Amino acid sequence: MKTLRKADVVIVGGGWTGLLMAKELGARTALSVVVLERGVPRSTDKYADDMDELDYAIRLRMMQDAAQETVTLRHDARGRAVPLRRYASFLPGSGVGGAGEHWNGQCPRNLPDFFELYSRTKEKYGVNRLPEDHAVQDWGITYDELEPYYTRTERLLGLSGKAGNLRGQKVEGGNPFEGWRSEEYPTPPTKLPYFSALFRDGAKSLGYHPYPVPAATLSQAYTNPDGISRPPCVYCGYCERFGCMIGAKAQPTSVLLPVIEKKKNVTIRKGAWVRRLVHDAAGSESRVRGVTYVDATGNEIFQPAEIVFLASWTLNNTRLLLLSGIGEPYNPGAGKGTLGRNLTHQVSFAAATAFFAKPLNRFMGSGASGMLLSDFDGDNFDHSQLSFLRGGLLEARNTGAHPIGEFGEVPHRVGSRWGSTWKKAGIEYFDRVGRIVVSGEHLAYKGNYMDLDPTYKDRCGDALLRLTLNWRENERRMAELLTEKTVEIARAMGATEVNTFPGLRNYDSRRYQSTHVQGGTILGTSPESSVVNTYGQHWQAANLFVLGGSLFPTGGGANPTPTILAMTYRTADAVAERYVKRPGPLA
Amino acid sequence: MRRRRFLTISCTTLGGVLVYSLDRKVSLLSANEKNKDKSLRIPLRFFDEGEALLAAAAASRIFPSDVSGPGAKEAGVVIYIDRQLAGPYGSDRYRYTQGPFEDAPAEFGYQGKATPREIYREGLKGLTGFDQLNAEEQDATLERIEASVFFSLLRQHTIEGMFCDPMHGGNADMVGWQLIGYPGPRLNNYDEIEKYYGQAFRPKPAGLREVSGHSVGASEDEK
Repeated sequence: MKTLRKADVVIVGGGWTGLLMAKELGARTALSVVVLERGVPRSTDKYADDMDELDYAIRLRMMQDAAQETVTLRHDARGRAVPLRRYASFLPGSGVGGAGEHWNGQCPRNLPDFFELYSRTKEKYGVNRLPEDHAVQDWGITYDELEPYYTRTERLLGLSGKAGNLRGQKVEGGNPFEGWRSEEYPTPPTKLPYFSALFRDGAKSLGYHPYPVPAATLSQAYTNPDGISRPPCVYCGYCERFGCMIGAKAQPTSVLLPVIEKKKNVTIRKGAWVRRLVHDAAGSESRVRGVTYVDATGNEIFQPAEIVFLASWTLNNTRLLLLSGIGEPYNPGAGKGTLGRNLTHQVSFAAATAFFAKPLNRFMGSGASGMLLSDFDGDNFDHSQLSFLRGGLLEARNTGAHPIGEFGEVPHRVGSRWGSTWKKAGIEYFDRVGRIVVSGEHLAYKGNYMDLDPTYKDRCGDALLRLTLNWRENERRMAELLTEKTVEIARAMGATEVNTFPGLRNYDSRRYQSTHVQGGTILGTSPESSVVNTYGQHWQAANLFVLGGSLFPTGGGANPTPTILAMTYRTADAVAERYVKRPGPLA
Repeated sequence: MRRRRFLTISCTTLGGVLVYSLDRKVSLLSANEKNKDKSLRIPLRFFDEGEALLAAAAASRIFPSDVSGPGAKEAGVVIYIDRQLAGPYGSDRYRYTQGPFEDAPAEFGYQGKATPREIYREGLKGLTGFDQLNAEEQDATLERIEASVFFSLLRQHTIEGMFCDPMHGGNADMVGWQLIGYPGPRLNNYDEIEKYYGQAFRPKPAGLREVSGHSVGASEDEK
């Protein structure tokens, strides 16, 4: 194994969090920073060639290659896990920019009470209302503490939207349920597809409070505090699973990379497949000495470092710590260990598939142009008479309907899935159908967790990560009520027919639900119940930091990226201002 | 090196102007009077001619050519499928194929060992003589295999071949896109997105190579 010269900082993963940390440390410190990204280089100017549904949206060209590494899944701890032989229910990205390149850019903040889920629920409904095997706990950081970092994130991305709560003052047209914000969005809301306009009017007629989706797809030209200028979105409809050809969608290559490339102290090394974090003897006081990786030509390399950031996305963050033997693996039976606990996925589903008499021109849109409503999110509606806790956002967007994925969605009465009748209906309804999607909270449970699979290996012979994951009654009942409410809205929009979501049964790995998988290296206030402190700093190794959705102790209804970036900013501040001067525990 | 195999399509079966990019060359053939008796010999990459005829006949029942418009035949769906099977998708280059292969409930996705190539080769054996049946008999045959992995692939690939970018060998002359009013990749809808509320906006379709002005690599051609 070849040993390289020691770097001050090594960052594992070149996606949103890794590159944001690289940018911050590169700009604010003199530290030498090496980013290790196992995927390929990417840049915005090549993305126009990617407007091909088959290779990108169906064959998933920008995603992690399942042949090299996947995960295994089982529904409960008694079951035998099998590998997800293709990724489908969530789609981890690969390459510089990671999943941040092919996201939709929907950027709501999480609700204030989401960060104190345990204590707020206990206070309002009593602790007995939490499901029997729940693993819900507070974050140890509040919305108020995160607010300035949310604001910085929104300026970084140039988010387009409308505030609903400016420093406690309700503002017409925004989300009346949102937490207070110190500033209006940097840019006004995006243009609105017809389907979303129908949703707005239908929802209003029922007395709800629709508001524009906070969008990382810019409504107008914007220059961020780093001097990065981006053009307005052109609504081409190629966000989800595609990179943005003009950088109107905030993506790491358009927002972070141009800044990083000017910093001589930051290097991004592509094709570097990290296998282990090397650390001194385990125990309560450990120290990470660097990482080993396999480079693009197959050589084993040791990269020593003073500080290591693990920024490789939720699942691989957890897996690398398990493979490296850092921290005690979670064992739900024995009630011991913390590493791997609190696996959650967003409860995301098309509650109502609505058919209309008029065409919708669905090929035009962006990943985040549309309308949302939060009337049924979190605890925004009273749960005292309900049989579940929490809720979700309802959304109507046009992300750009592509014909392979969208053809054949017909009213249930058509009855067939192939042949003349189905074809005729498919043609008739291709542009007359829209989906109202629910993005719901997923509570943490003791029985939903991650560990290493005893059977299946990746391309290097390392154990795959095993997910033990299933829905519980709380999610099923929540989905039921939210489906009912969504169907009412679809009717109010003028839908002539509606296909209704059949309900959540077992976790289905075939249906795309969102790439918002969380937990595994959760944050908290005590090493007894969490893996890292609220700065993402590992309890057992002060020079190891973990970034990203793996820190979330529960899964949100709101999409997680703004919260993830806000937390990364908070860690960057703490490292640049405090840790660098005096290395050691920050909390 | 195996002998080159071809699928021969008579020009009278073709709808309008067909553009097939054959082995990265473009062939243009019009179904007008002059070309009435001509036929197109399309080199096959995976199927033999008999298999291609069976797959084409089955795809034509999934997406028939009928009063509601052209179907799998005019779009060249079988050409699309042939190329996919010959390429990395057909050999499962990007699927996790390490064993053991265990049975699992449907929610865990396809767990089989067989690659798409193997599934087709086996599945088509079960359809021997299919292209000689009448439409009712063909439908009855497909109904019997509706729950099979082979049929679900065939159905999915028929939709893909109807509506993919024409550079992949299907959606010939963009017949699929024209059928549903899909314009293909468009670089800019800024002025149109809020302009056509409730009215159909149907720009003329164009494929990616036309829109980008240069050749774009397709996954099935990856070495």
